[in-house]
Amino acid sequence: MTTPLAGYLLVAALLFAIGLGGALVRRNAILVLIGIELMLNAANLNLIAFWRFGPHPEALTGMMFAIFSIAVAAAEAAVGLGLVIAIYRHTNTAELDKIDRMKG
Amino acid sequence: MRTLSPIFYLLAALTLAGGLATVLLKQLVHCALAVTVAFAGLALLFLQLDAQFAGFAQILVYIGAVAILIVFAILLTRGSDLPKDGVFSRSWPLGLVIAAGVFAVLGWAVLASVGAVPQQNTVPAVTVHDIGDALVGRYVLPLEIVALLLTAATIGAVIVAMHEKERPR
Repeated sequence: MTTPLAGYLLVAALLFAIGLGGALVRRNAILVLIGIELMLNAANLNLIAFWRFGPHPEALTGMMFAIFSIAVAAAEAAVGLGLVIAIYRHTNTAELDKIDRMKG
Repeated sequence: MRTLSPIFYLLAALTLAGGLATVLLKQLVHCALAVTVAFAGLALLFLQLDAQFAGFAQILVYIGAVAILIVFAILLTRGSDLPKDGVFSRSWPLGLVIAAGVFAVLGWAVLASVGAVPQQNTVPAVTVHDIGDALVGRYVLPLEIVALLLTAATIGAVIVAMHEKERPR
């Protein structure tokens, strides 16, 4: 018998593991970024679940943390995908195995 | 809400299926569609947790912006062509073991601390008005910093992805 909070935390843990697995096993740089996004989203689910079931939800701490985290994740996605496009222009590939030179 | 509702199980299954499909599908465009499903499932989970503002922010930011950015990046890098030597890296069993290990540790920590965390089950009476008040009151400094970060990140992304000048070879 699990409590609702534990249910949400388990879903978040599973989503985090899926994102981590995706970031570790895929070769394409864009898929690695998507895996990182999934991990960030799992963390957001944790924050919201703790806000909802924790004491003093009216203080809004967890909610604010999640909102700021969403904003930072959006900035991260923009910069990350910009970097992937720049690397593709330079090396003509987005496969991480083939990007193995520090010198362009 | 003493126990988990069937809607929770439905939404959790939708989110996790979207996440798994994202990681496992071969075509990058299909992955982008699957990750959109996962983002939508998470937004619905936020709504189910009575966090309406965060849920709609999730829909606007992730489904509206991040998913579109991902599709743009896939098409600009010709990611729709399948690579010859498979989509998974050579060391994929190691990655799988690490991910499974992390999940085992997290799951053990959650299940071991089920009784230790205090839990209140009344629906929090928080309106968007309260959130706005908090954003320009107690949290005004983080808000300004996030505004600065978003501006810097947008300019940085444009400069990084701007067309490179042709160098003599």
